[in-house]
Amino acid sequence: MKYRWLYLLISGTVLAMAKWGMAIGIDFTGGVVAEYTFSNGESKTLKYAPAKIDQAEKERAELKNQGATEIRFENVGPSIGPELVKKTVYALLVSSGAILLWIAYRFKSFKFGVSATLATLHDSLVLLGSFSLLGHFLGAEMDFLFVTAMLTVLSFSVHDTIVVYDRIREFRKKFPDDTYSLANNAISETMVRSLNNSFTIIFMLIALILMGGETVRWFAVALLVGTISGTYSSPFVAVPIFVTWDELGKRFKALKK
Amino acid sequence: MKKIWSLSFIAILTLAAAFISLPLNVNKKFDLKLGLDLAGGSRLVFEADVTKISTDRKETALAGVRDVIERRVNLFGVSEPTVQTSRFEGKDRIIVELPGIKDTKEAVDLIGKTAQLVFAEVREVPSDEPGASPSAELVPTDLTGADLESASVVFDSQTGKPAISLQFTSEGGNKFAAITKRNVGKPLPIVLDQEIVTQPTVQEEIISNQAQITGSFTVEEAKKLSIQLNAGALPVPINLVQETTVGATLGALSVRQSILAGIVGVSMVALFMILAYGKLGIVADLGLFIFAVITIALYKLIPITLTLPGIAGFMLSVGMAVDSNILIFERFKEEKLIRAIPDALEVSFGRAWDSIRDANIATLVTAFILANPLDWQFLHTSGPVRGFAITLAMGIAISLFTGIFVSRNLLRLFIGKSGEPLKND
Repeated sequence: MKYRWLYLLISGTVLAMAKWGMAIGIDFTGGVVAEYTFSNGESKTLKYAPAKIDQAEKERAELKNQGATEIRFENVGPSIGPELVKKTVYALLVSSGAILLWIAYRFKSFKFGVSATLATLHDSLVLLGSFSLLGHFLGAEMDFLFVTAMLTVLSFSVHDTIVVYDRIREFRKKFPDDTYSLANNAISETMVRSLNNSFTIIFMLIALILMGGETVRWFAVALLVGTISGTYSSPFVAVPIFVTWDELGKRFKALKK
Repeated sequence: MKKIWSLSFIAILTLAAAFISLPLNVNKKFDLKLGLDLAGGSRLVFEADVTKISTDRKETALAGVRDVIERRVNLFGVSEPTVQTSRFEGKDRIIVELPGIKDTKEAVDLIGKTAQLVFAEVREVPSDEPGASPSAELVPTDLTGADLESASVVFDSQTGKPAISLQFTSEGGNKFAAITKRNVGKPLPIVLDQEIVTQPTVQEEIISNQAQITGSFTVEEAKKLSIQLNAGALPVPINLVQETTVGATLGALSVRQSILAGIVGVSMVALFMILAYGKLGIVADLGLFIFAVITIALYKLIPITLTLPGIAGFMLSVGMAVDSNILIFERFKEEKLIRAIPDALEVSFGRAWDSIRDANIATLVTAFILANPLDWQFLHTSGPVRGFAITLAMGIAISLFTGIFVSRNLLRLFIGKSGEPLKND
């Protein structure tokens, strides 16, 4: 049952990505976003394609002469986007590699490290997919901060996973044989603390989303989606992968004998 | 006795931190440093075009252009401008941050100009008024940065003092010979961007393509001078590739919104802890309060430049700060069923520590890579990501201290006073 839900969730978000693609912000595509307010209280947001930078500067000067106040002006050249993508991929690789090694070292087995890392991969996919949905219906854009959120989610997801793994590690000392049922016990015994841990983070993020202002709103939403997915993926993705792997390994050993 | 020491240490630390972290208008001595997105200002990224410069001289050329930009940036009179360089896959970038700048267009135009180096002659102009001493006038010659191949620091073979060696192109050498012939015994100012960088006196006519500027330089001064001369000799055109300007009004609004969101968020977390863990929750909240004042005090002391993503990092770390308490309290619920309460408490701290350490180090690893303190060029070296990662990493480190050391001592205090005050059900 657990597996089926997981597959549904992943395929759902991948489907959303295939159907609507991602709404990509100027941090990736290049271009200009400018926002002005006027003395009568009205405000205006202007967007320009990368080639229209001269026009943007011209209108900027004109509007300022007319007494408009510049709220923000962002201009991203076309060379920035590819660099951002590359650096993000490197950062993702380095940090998930480091986390994998750290967990493998602490829990003395690559099974733990790899399954935890696969769960974080799941969370990144869910995050990407849900932003495809949010982008399509609510106008959320992928920008520089979204990238930061994605990297942060890596570590959050691992946070909960480690709490469950820690319990499994403790149980295995006492009952080394039955991985399946000890993993089940570990999950149900750590469920409350995992949920409570996530609640405190969720409270802070909801406060940011509702009151923190527009600049960080989608960033906080991305972190929220990642936190929720991370809480879900620890018992329902990381542990099942670990248990399956462990049991397969044992059967393989038995066959060899 | 040990208990008393720990508790008084916590009390003194909290008082000191609380004093430092008092709000801005109460405590002027310690200020929070606000980043561009909160204080208003511009962040400009230029790309240096070094295609026309041979590979072995790129470093010199880039050092020159950076120096030129730094001097130009200082002309704007904004407080604490910063200039950074970054390199990624052969692209050289110069990142300029100008807090509080009003006219960004003008700044971009001025910074983006290619450096102009020219050698000038000093000519005396007789004064119109009789009796007044004649004034001097600078007359630019036709010898410019284009004629200068490079400048480097050398050590004078006789005195051993640092000096600057100039290498001219053959055409430049001819021009230089003519100029030195006219000006023996006179000063020959070298002007970079309309500012005299040095004013050596011509000793004799110099016919070779090489010249030396001697004088009582320190090594530092000589290096700086050679960088400035190279900025003119190896002109590097720079183009604006990214601009982020935030108006002061948006910055002020963001500050108000962040403070509100912070207060509401922290209150919700505090309330949740009391609802979920009763009296234990109150101890956790006390720890959370100590966490908050220590963190803000450190922001002011280090100082950390606070940005919007940085504030988000702080808020996340508040959410995580109580995590270690939750892990300990949940463990305590289990342990107190099988042992006496003071023992259960100690055991819970010990057992929960494993998972607290492993989990927090995993987060620190990510924060470390995002903050990139070693400036690895294949990762992000500046901007919003770094601001976020630094506050997040600091938050985790401080929360380990408050969540374990502070909470533990506070809980021991409450248990020591009465028999069983810690029931939470």
